[in-house]
Amino acid sequence: MNKLLLIAGGSTLIYAGLALAMGVLPGIMLSLTPSGPGVKPLTADEAEGREVYVANGCSYCHTQQVRPLNQDKVFGRPSAPGDFAYQTPELLGSERTGPDLTNIGARQPSDVWQYIHLYNPRAVVPESIMPSFAWMFDVVDHAPHGVTAVPLPAAYAPAKGVVVPGRKAQALVAYLMALKQAPLPTAQAAPAGLPQPATATPPPAAAEKSAGAYDPAQGKQLFTEKCAVCHQAGGTGVPGAFPPLKGNAAVNDADPTAHIHTVLHGAQGLTIGGVKYSAAMPEFGSMLSDADIAAIINYERSTWGNHGHMVTVEQVAAERAKGK
Amino acid sequence: MTQAMSKDLSRESKHDDSELGRIVSGYTISATGWLVFATFIGIVLAYKFGAPDFAPGPWLTFGRLRPIHTNATFYGWASIALIGLSYYVAVRSCRTPLYSTRLAWIGLALLNVAALAGTIALDLGYSAGDLEYREWPWPIRLIFLAALAMTAWNLVATVAQRTTEDIYLSNWYTMGGVLWTCIVAIVAILPWYQYGLGQVAVSGYYMHNAVGMWFTPLALGIFYYALPKLLNRPIYSYALGVFAFWTNLVFYPIIGTHHFLFSPLPWWLQTTAIVFSVAMLVPVLGGSANFLLTMRGRFGDMRHSYPLAFIFIGVVGYLVGSTQGTVEAFRSLQEVWHLTNFTVGHSHLTMYGFVSFAIWGGIYALLPSATGKYPGHVGLALHFWMAVVGSFIYVIALSIGGTFQGLDWISGLPFIQSVIDMQPYYVWRGVGGVLMFLSHLVFAWNVWRMTFGRSARVIPLAPALADRVSV
Repeated sequence: MNKLLLIAGGSTLIYAGLALAMGVLPGIMLSLTPSGPGVKPLTADEAEGREVYVANGCSYCHTQQVRPLNQDKVFGRPSAPGDFAYQTPELLGSERTGPDLTNIGARQPSDVWQYIHLYNPRAVVPESIMPSFAWMFDVVDHAPHGVTAVPLPAAYAPAKGVVVPGRKAQALVAYLMALKQAPLPTAQAAPAGLPQPATATPPPAAAEKSAGAYDPAQGKQLFTEKCAVCHQAGGTGVPGAFPPLKGNAAVNDADPTAHIHTVLHGAQGLTIGGVKYSAAMPEFGSMLSDADIAAIINYERSTWGNHGHMVTVEQVAAERAKGK
Repeated sequence: MTQAMSKDLSRESKHDDSELGRIVSGYTISATGWLVFATFIGIVLAYKFGAPDFAPGPWLTFGRLRPIHTNATFYGWASIALIGLSYYVAVRSCRTPLYSTRLAWIGLALLNVAALAGTIALDLGYSAGDLEYREWPWPIRLIFLAALAMTAWNLVATVAQRTTEDIYLSNWYTMGGVLWTCIVAIVAILPWYQYGLGQVAVSGYYMHNAVGMWFTPLALGIFYYALPKLLNRPIYSYALGVFAFWTNLVFYPIIGTHHFLFSPLPWWLQTTAIVFSVAMLVPVLGGSANFLLTMRGRFGDMRHSYPLAFIFIGVVGYLVGSTQGTVEAFRSLQEVWHLTNFTVGHSHLTMYGFVSFAIWGGIYALLPSATGKYPGHVGLALHFWMAVVGSFIYVIALSIGGTFQGLDWISGLPFIQSVIDMQPYYVWRGVGGVLMFLSHLVFAWNVWRMTFGRSARVIPLAPALADRVSV
């Protein structure tokens, strides 16, 4: 009996101690982590959307943790302990079959895009392998008052009627829109020993380097990262939802002011080529340097048969200086 | 140990023998059902990577089926199968009847109820949070905990009434595994202390302890019993096995946070996890060496014994999978592999290459002596080769693909490029997965022949059952 007590009891006692030290105590201590500055609880709508997110296992493909690594900079600043104060259950995730969503509300602020993408991701990202969540939408003859129909491309739209988001889709998009990182106070840098977080203002060297020299490969990469999900890789846009850049008057205009202004400050409610677009275009002025914006604009002005005059970094800087 | 033990066992009543045979059969059949179900779901999931519009709708959406696949594999297949084998090992190595057959049957029923209820809940969208391996709503996890507690009681009580002087090493691992996992389950279920970042710490702990303090010790316990049994020679070093037991116990619980490297969890917690991930080499290399040295000079026996071949692959899976886990824990490599499909390859190398092969080896080695029925040679060969080749393709494809995925991110390509670059590897993963699934259908057929079906041969029976045959 003593032998049994030693093996079964002794090992269980040791294990209980280790479970306490490595599971329970860190759990208790870290649960007390105060919320970071600007980190707020979700509204009722957003919280409902988070439940939809959990129920449908979004976090098996999308992480919500930005690591202090170079390759994660595209997703936002590195996650800080205070970011997770209101996040139970935690949704950090373990796989990135799809992109990180920590800051998706800021990275892709167009709810119109989110609805189209949820309805069928391939309508806006042809190579996407994300499931369609069309079952969260309803097909009706006419959109009810106060609800905007989802402007689906013809290939994805139902043969009859229009598509409107159901309760779940609305809540989910409200949650996605709420996923915005609160800016870190500058004094509170990343933990010692970690690379510094990405900042909105690029180092001056990067801005000066490409003055005059336009690198098409860099322009294409930036366009693919920042613009292609709406305006599409072929510059065609999504009819009725996002305007085309191919043959776009502003893009081909000899005077680049309107083009630069739109990229810097965003736009909403414009009528382009006789079509009125309701989806908001985000501003990129705070995200990208003058050089990056110039590269994107030059890519757009010299691709898909477009022949606008090239712009310089100085022109972008001047437009930025003028303000909105 | 085997011959002396067999002589003693032959004195046992026929009733105990046939009752044990029924219990092990019951557990094996249940587990096999869950294996076929879980891996069928796996095939559907693999197919969706190439055809995302296949099987749309809420009940077949990827995010609901994915935890159904993992939980059914963990708690349906592997847990039920290992508990059944543990009962067999306890009874035989302690030369005593099972403490309570009723507890064993109730435990089996509860395990099945939990797995079934968990599957239905997840499919309806009732998830406790996308917390890896503890997605089932808490009432269902309580059912699982109840089954665990019953199993622990039954195993310990069986060992307590042993007629042998010593407690054979296998029982250390199986009793320990069940007892520790009761603690793991309680820590995971209690809600009052897990908020936000605190819950991340508990997830890190849970994710690895639910694997390493549950499947690992039980599978190792099966190795320590089945390997000497098949080779008819004692384990190479009993002391080394004891040493591996205690080091595994102390090192394993500390490494969980390596699933959250570079996360906002405290840096010391992450570094501690890395240090002990390296320390895990001690029990892993010690254990693997012990098994391989037990087989020394007898590797050729695998030509005649598929059970031995299954166990050999299981040992290799344990060695390679665990060593890979240590390597993955280094920050420099995690920078490339973390969050990619490499980790999916790793989890299949361990849960499949190690745990599942250990279970199959155990079932093929032990179930025939419990029931007196044998599977056919062709069935064994088909199961073995399809499972080996299938899992090899699976793991290699995801390891290579996952590496490219990580390198794509590091080189700053647009994210979608990593999705495009994975496509061929997803196809190969599907090919491997289909082979694995087909092997499970053959396994199911083999299980049928070992239980209710027509046995492939009448003799030789395990000596323990000799008295029954002579009647």
